[in-house]
Amino acid sequence: MPYIANTPEQQEAMLRQIGRSLEDLFGDIPEDLRSPGLAMPPGLTEQEVRNRLAGMAAKNKVDLLSFLGGGFYDHFVPAAVPAIVSRSEFYTAYTPYQPEVSQGVLQAIYEYQSVICRLTDMEVANASLYDGGTALYEAIMMALRVTDRTRVVVDDSVSPIYRTMIRTYTGNLGIELVETRSRGGLPDREELREHLDDRTAALAVQNPNFFGCLDEFSDLADLAHRHGALLIASCYPVSLGLVKTPGSMGADIVVGEGQSLGTPLCFGGPYLGFMAARREHVRKMPGRVVGRTVDGQGRQGFVLTLQAREQHIRREKATSNICTNEGLCALAALVHLSLLGKQGLVELAQTCAEKASYAGRRLVEVRDVRMRFPKRYYFNEFVLELPVAADRVIRRLLEKGIAAGFPLVRYYPNMEKGLLVAVTEKRTKEEIDLFAHTLEVSL
Amino acid sequence: MKVIFEKSVPGRRGVRPARQEGCPPPNIDPRLLRGRPAELPELSELDVVRHFTELSRRNFGVDNGFYPLGSCTMKYNPKMTEQVAAYAGFADLHPLLPQLPRGEMLVQGALAVLYRIDLALREICGMAAFTLQPLAGAHGELTGAMIIAAYHKDRGNRKTTILIPDSAHGTNPASAAIAGYQVQVIPSDSHGYMDVEALRAALNDRVAGLMLTNPNTLGLFDPNIHEISDLVHEVDGLMYYDGANLNPLLGRCRPGDMGFDIVHVNLHKTFATPHGGGGPGAGPVGVCERLAQYLPISLVRERPDGSYFLDYDRPKSIGYIAPFYGNFGVILRAYAYILMLGREGLLRVAENATLNANYVMERLRPYFDLPYGGICKHECVFSARRQAARGVRALDIAKALIDRGFHPPTIYFPLTVPEAMMIEPTETESKETLDAFVEAMIEIAHLAETRPDQITRCPTTTVVGRLDETRAARHPDLAYLPQAAQGPAGTPP
Repeated sequence: MPYIANTPEQQEAMLRQIGRSLEDLFGDIPEDLRSPGLAMPPGLTEQEVRNRLAGMAAKNKVDLLSFLGGGFYDHFVPAAVPAIVSRSEFYTAYTPYQPEVSQGVLQAIYEYQSVICRLTDMEVANASLYDGGTALYEAIMMALRVTDRTRVVVDDSVSPIYRTMIRTYTGNLGIELVETRSRGGLPDREELREHLDDRTAALAVQNPNFFGCLDEFSDLADLAHRHGALLIASCYPVSLGLVKTPGSMGADIVVGEGQSLGTPLCFGGPYLGFMAARREHVRKMPGRVVGRTVDGQGRQGFVLTLQAREQHIRREKATSNICTNEGLCALAALVHLSLLGKQGLVELAQTCAEKASYAGRRLVEVRDVRMRFPKRYYFNEFVLELPVAADRVIRRLLEKGIAAGFPLVRYYPNMEKGLLVAVTEKRTKEEIDLFAHTLEVSL
Repeated sequence: MKVIFEKSVPGRRGVRPARQEGCPPPNIDPRLLRGRPAELPELSELDVVRHFTELSRRNFGVDNGFYPLGSCTMKYNPKMTEQVAAYAGFADLHPLLPQLPRGEMLVQGALAVLYRIDLALREICGMAAFTLQPLAGAHGELTGAMIIAAYHKDRGNRKTTILIPDSAHGTNPASAAIAGYQVQVIPSDSHGYMDVEALRAALNDRVAGLMLTNPNTLGLFDPNIHEISDLVHEVDGLMYYDGANLNPLLGRCRPGDMGFDIVHVNLHKTFATPHGGGGPGAGPVGVCERLAQYLPISLVRERPDGSYFLDYDRPKSIGYIAPFYGNFGVILRAYAYILMLGREGLLRVAENATLNANYVMERLRPYFDLPYGGICKHECVFSARRQAARGVRALDIAKALIDRGFHPPTIYFPLTVPEAMMIEPTETESKETLDAFVEAMIEIAHLAETRPDQITRCPTTTVVGRLDETRAARHPDLAYLPQAAQGPAGTPP
């Protein structure tokens, strides 16, 4: 049998030694609950499994020329990232409960927490959460704990994918969730001034936001702080090579999706939710946290710490029910950022922005195509306003092997002609020209 | 060992990102840009590879040796599934593709994986339908608790409380509380099972449900499970199965047949996907027929022509709980594992996991206190109270095992056993490995009697000794920050 070491003879010997039969060992299960066996096919060989799954993989269309983003980006992953992450000392270990034999994972998480702080200009970070959406939800719950309030304002320029999740999670909890309407691609200052009050725990914004627009939100942080509320910012880590940091704009909690740092798209997961915060809030932060300390001989070492917040100690009074982090994805992000280094991340972000800028200029040269938010600046993603429904254009371009972008009408019913276009460093100038040309002849 | 930032050399470069190809520079208002670059380490690719290779050597995984961490099912993670997960047809697939017009036809292979593992999990657990979206076991528990809430809301029930046994995993009460429920703890009886009389006394119209794992965290199968289910159902409560301990039941007994209405399965435990140093995992949730309408949006369904589609039209659903379809890469690995094992292989998993646990339990029984005897399922829980009386605690025994080349069992859990040592060998371990572990435990028990100091000073073979956890918590140093940004709490020790 696959993956079972003991031979039938050994199994017999073990049973003899403990004086039981195999049936004895299952004798505690009441007879009427015993299954007659599974109605499933017999097992396959490794070769058969791999052939079958290769056949299923071939039924997925991954050779499209893709301009699809929406918070999940097709970035290049250097070979050293999977090479390191696939070292089995890392991936076959579990949560580092025994620090003496887990210094590798623990130090890596400490370094990961450090790069997240450096990237966002924040003071503390946790060991990661499931994904950007659950991280945003956890940030909201954390703000409720910090302020002891029950009202949250989330702007509709925050990913609608995340907002639908937050509606689900906050639904039963007596939390007042207010979703404000953005204007011209950015949070509407007037609308926010109207909706923030002294009962508000937090204002959540995203930068670059779902439309790709960049914002200077220091004024919003001030507005939140004047009401005693926290400012939560969701951000895209690759953009932080270039874009002003949430920490320097006054954010209190920073979260985001870390998939763009070395984790493949993989049809939606596993991904990486990161979270950073100001130091004063650290004891209200959810999730695992690693700290640096010393052993009896004064040697530096790392441990899981501040565990008094967590479910295995606090049970129903814990800050969160989270048990695991996304350790391996966090490791990938750390390795990816270490390989890029200080200058490499800047160059990567610049390349994305330059190619996107070129794509934007090139695409609005197409007849009747314009920018939906022409007054805004963008990093690597923007909204085109097409002369016809975006779905129609997307369908035609798919026939020619191009995934033109995401139809905003899925989440914004009045944006039927809005097409969200993302450009990463993987796209070449020629591909962008081909996209523009194909769009021209398809309209 | 230095942290990576201490190895940084100004100007040194690792990988080079893609070229700009002569695209003109973007025109972004400088007000929107960061003033100085992030202080990431500056290293060559070889520097980075050596740093992380060295870190990996300071870490213990299943591939390094025996890892009997109770409740975590640290079985061997087949290499085959890693290779499958790396197929470009899966790894490069964008999750928003199905939302494009006719986009479902672009991802038929991925939808087939989701649909077919759903069918397999239904058969294994005896449930009517699954959602694959929960991103971890605890996330599955929260999803399940929200389904409980949706059911009672729909029925017009006014329920406030979820019952949880005192031996439960800590995530159970935390998940119930986060879903908005009060938690009431039910004690165990003298055999380690749920105290049925205490349950009876706790049941009333306010009880929304009971969260239970069976076999429980003592490794014991609760023989009263039928009665427990009936009692909970009598007050229109729902039975929630924490699938952390499903491994010894594969093909032998199904949660659905025990009367459970909701089940979560930890794919990273029972279905051999890697634990990843703490994640990612996956926690699919299965429900009985009458609860299927509440499962999260979306679900994969099959059309009469054999193609698959995503069903978003689910008015009674609890809503969206994950950005997409779950941790697809983890689900895919579990599916490959299930295909490989098939019905016979899964049954052998249950048998050998149970045999290995009982073998270890019987061999260690003379040397350590076993508060609840009889037979166990996937794990056994000893108490080190006899050794503790001589100054050797469960923590010391754990550290002594490290010096002998083993990962320690789970200690101080379940909370119902003093000085608990929870040992789960799993089915993939050989008799020789179990014997070596048993010999080490016997030697430790002997030393606890004769030379306790030799145990309490362990570990001595590791890169660091016991670490000062009080200092870590009192003076948190959670990030290595550039000097300017470093406050008092960030100063290195």
